[in-house]
Amino acid sequence: MRLGSVRVSSGFVVGAVLTVLFVGAAALSYAWTPWSTEGLSIASRLRPPGGEHWFGTDHFGRDIFSMIMVGARTSITVALVAVAIGAGIGVPLGLAAAAGRGGWLDELVMRFNDLVFAFPALILAILITASLGPGAVNAILAIGIFNIPVFARLTRGAALSLWAREYILAARAAGKGAARISFEHILPNTANLLIVQATIQFSLGILAEVGLSYVGLGAQPPTPSWGRMLAEAQTMIYVAPWFAIFPGLAVALTVLGLNLMGDGLRDALDPRLKGRA
Amino acid sequence: MIAFLARRALALVLTLLAATVAIFLLLEVAPGDPALTMMGMNADPEAVEALRRELGLDAPLVTRYATWVLDMAQGDFGTSYTYKTPVSELVAERLAVSAPLTVYALALSTLIAIPAGVFAASRRGRAGDYAVMGLTQAGIATPNFWFAMLLVILFSTVLQLFSAGGFPGWEAGFWAGIKALTLPAVALALPQASILARVMRSALLDAMGEDWMRTARAKGLSRGQAIRRHALRNALIPVLTIIGMQFSFLMAGAIIIENVFFLPGLGRLVFQGVIQQDLIVVKSVVVLLVFAVVLVTLAVDVAYALVDPRLRERRP
Amino acid sequence: MSLLEIENLTVDIGGHPILRDVSLSIAPGEALGLVGESGSGKSMTALSVMRLLPEGARISGAIRLDGEDLTALSEPAMCRVRGARVGMVFQEPMTALNPLKTIGAQVAEVIRIHRADPDPEAAARRALTRAGLPPQQFPMDRYPHDLSGGQRQRVVIAMAVALRPRLLIADEPTTALDVTTQAVILDLLKTLAREDGAGLMMITHDLAVVADMADRIAIMKDGAVVEAGPTAPLFRAMSHPYTRSLFAASTHRPERDRRPLGEPVLEVREAVRDYALPRRRLFGPRPLFRAVDGVSLAIRSGENVGLVGESGCGKSTLSRAILGLEGLQGGEVSLVGRPFSPAAPAERRRDIQVVFQDPYGSFDPRWKVADLVAEPFHLLRPRPAKAERRARVEAMLEAVGLRAEDAERHPHQFSGGQRQRIAIARALITEPRLVVLDEAVSALDVSVRARILDLLAGLSDRLGVSYLFISHDLHVVRAITDRVLVMKAGKVVEEGETETVFAAPRHPYTSELLAATPDLEAALAAREAATA
Repeated sequence: MRLGSVRVSSGFVVGAVLTVLFVGAAALSYAWTPWSTEGLSIASRLRPPGGEHWFGTDHFGRDIFSMIMVGARTSITVALVAVAIGAGIGVPLGLAAAAGRGGWLDELVMRFNDLVFAFPALILAILITASLGPGAVNAILAIGIFNIPVFARLTRGAALSLWAREYILAARAAGKGAARISFEHILPNTANLLIVQATIQFSLGILAEVGLSYVGLGAQPPTPSWGRMLAEAQTMIYVAPWFAIFPGLAVALTVLGLNLMGDGLRDALDPRLKGRA
Repeated sequence: MIAFLARRALALVLTLLAATVAIFLLLEVAPGDPALTMMGMNADPEAVEALRRELGLDAPLVTRYATWVLDMAQGDFGTSYTYKTPVSELVAERLAVSAPLTVYALALSTLIAIPAGVFAASRRGRAGDYAVMGLTQAGIATPNFWFAMLLVILFSTVLQLFSAGGFPGWEAGFWAGIKALTLPAVALALPQASILARVMRSALLDAMGEDWMRTARAKGLSRGQAIRRHALRNALIPVLTIIGMQFSFLMAGAIIIENVFFLPGLGRLVFQGVIQQDLIVVKSVVVLLVFAVVLVTLAVDVAYALVDPRLRERRP
Repeated sequence: MSLLEIENLTVDIGGHPILRDVSLSIAPGEALGLVGESGSGKSMTALSVMRLLPEGARISGAIRLDGEDLTALSEPAMCRVRGARVGMVFQEPMTALNPLKTIGAQVAEVIRIHRADPDPEAAARRALTRAGLPPQQFPMDRYPHDLSGGQRQRVVIAMAVALRPRLLIADEPTTALDVTTQAVILDLLKTLAREDGAGLMMITHDLAVVADMADRIAIMKDGAVVEAGPTAPLFRAMSHPYTRSLFAASTHRPERDRRPLGEPVLEVREAVRDYALPRRRLFGPRPLFRAVDGVSLAIRSGENVGLVGESGCGKSTLSRAILGLEGLQGGEVSLVGRPFSPAAPAERRRDIQVVFQDPYGSFDPRWKVADLVAEPFHLLRPRPAKAERRARVEAMLEAVGLRAEDAERHPHQFSGGQRQRIAIARALITEPRLVVLDEAVSALDVSVRARILDLLAGLSDRLGVSYLFISHDLHVVRAITDRVLVMKAGKVVEEGETETVFAAPRHPYTSELLAATPDLEAALAAREAATA
């Protein structure tokens, strides 16, 4: 398939459609949902999926389809801001470390990376929420901090290999300073890699947010969130399996969409990698 | 090689120390007073003050940090504020569940992923490759605790093959224990196996594109022979890195999965610690997990050196 | 009967024609040289014989080895041919060996898969000894990373000849090696093929190498053989125009005017450059490697100076110090009479610019030619206005033989030779006094190289710019420089007028280099003397 002048795979198209669908649902939920997610209605609790409630209702009688739409907001916002934090801090750090390769800043960035990577991602989040208390903002912080070394390491590695290129040597011979070379040559030539990594971290961020709110460390009630829906559904798994199935499906499809889009982007931007993992 | 490993070990000890500082400082800013937590809200203020002195909470920051680290180095993790028992006992008890679960999941993930990756790579661009890639794509996107719920619906509700959760304890016998850990381990292993299979596939494809594979073919090796004798071992190098990293993911994942299956592991302990403000427990478990990650990193370095002769002599 | 007979071989890959009606033959004990520029199809011919073409290749015609048509063999039958009846040596020895297996195991493997030999190690030992790696000095449990490029190529050769195949194919076996190593490897291949009475297919772009090695020659262009015949008569007659142009290009020397010498533009005094190596012991000091060891040189305006030496001799390190990209640990560089170092003000760099080897890695792939060539304007104070910059870029593109419209295109739209012209335009845009040409023509085909050398010679005469011409290729240095320095292990061992040094070298290393350099005329003369 072609998109403008770029060939894209069918996987990319499927991924993009899924992503647009879920981001669109999140945006739409501000204006409209099939049912209100705030009012409780004990009368209509634990209804199975049907014409009235497409995905059924939960133990408070809330419409699960509407809850998923609103829950998408939380997951997508948390993951997106966490990527922005990671890239916003990690990319400049990586560029600076590569520009001063072998210097103190490089060493510092590498050691910071080692330190963060020594913590399993979720443990870091637990630690942060144990200290600052649970909530969406602290979840963003916890996931965002973990994203910093990911972007820093990737940027540094890519930038280091570019610094050895002859065109960078020519730019240095043309008297350009490290900062200028980093922004004119290095950053544009690592952009492909960073965009792909951003979609991967976005999808990992959604998984992490859902995990955190599942264990009660993410967004707090009454903010609807996919993770908490799953936690509540678990206790009712025998009587209302749909309550567990649909939110989980929403998570899996969102993440799948982002991953397919990331892979498709990578293949489209770098034809050498075509058909790799 | 000894110097290489010694340098890596030194770096990891420093990382571990830095991690304890980070953990200590993070929890220092946490609200709540351990002494108050232990004595209850209605306790006599003087008694609380006395307990605080006894716990050393009135000492300066640096002293408290040093005491904490030095005590840990001697195996003394302190006393839980809520359980009133030594943290080391609590942790040891829970570790008997969490450690086997992690190892079980890692073994499953590796045993599934490596053959799947090799299969996909050797059938690149054909139906088998697409099938493996499609399945792994789905596996990566599935949250492990949700997959765990689906497993519970299928295997304990519909098929009634496994119990939905709980752990009989190792006293009930080895196989009873393994059986109780099987669904959790499968749930944990699936996403990791998906990632690992993709890494295996792409590492093998990279190795297959190397010049020395052409040399191997020119010697008269068939494609399959060349892959088995030459490409596989080279492809193991990136795969080892990912297996090492997965250990850390699995341990963290185990914390959530334990909640789904009501397993008395470290995960339950740490969440209760967070909720009950039992920070000494949280601190100890986190240090322990970081220590495990660091140890595994070192093990991966050793494995590297065993696989790659270039590392045995060269320095990092 | 011929040992190998290729008849009307036609290959296409994904619909693109790669080879067209190639017919060749090699008799037992005969060496055939397959010559051509990049993309001529010479490597594909060799891979067709091995049946190791890339996936999606379609092959027609016949390839008969001892009368048996290889194109008709099943894959398992072909596996029995490879390594046993046909051995192959590749271009890039650094990557041709599995890094995780010992050299002994890799050589023994050939024997193990083809023969029920009770002691494959002993056979491997014999093969390595024949290839010049006796196990007494090079134990079989060494890994490839312990060996130099030339030694690794010997391991590959040992694998190729271990079973004394009827046919030995060598695909540019020395292109990646230094000239002195090249000489011994070529000699080894010749000797081993003669000892075994094997046919040798020698693939190369270098006419001098082929004239020395091959009894007969086939010249390829665009996937077809344009001319074939016995070596000496073919070169003497040169009935095909492409052969003539190839011959002319390989011996080409641009016409140059001698200019009067002016003031020194570059002076290097006692330059020392150390690199820290990794630690040997845990807390030991990092050992130092002296890459440049007390080098002095001067270039005056109006002269071109060559710097020759083999890989690792320190010539590229020296060039980076001269360019002010890396500092020195001792000595100094002065540019147009003033000290020059990485700390010098950026605008002083306008006097010294550089052209690198790789025509594909020299440009930011995202930039347009206009911006690439204009990048050094950054050095001018005041920076010229936009319209003036554009006018100067277009004028410079025309000066290097491109068109003004090319300014709007991206680098990937140009061929290797055209890219090197863009690189030259970029280097000359600030009107520098000195341009460092670091292996600037080494990656180019001979005919393109000849035209770039003409361009360089013309520009230096016209613009009065001096060159520091760094190369491992003695022919090229001889063609374009007035003076030459010979570097070995970080030191300059000989210096003088180019013609004098080449005609009467004083240092034994220079003599060795010259003797090792293949010489087309000498090889043809030797061949004619042998047949007369």
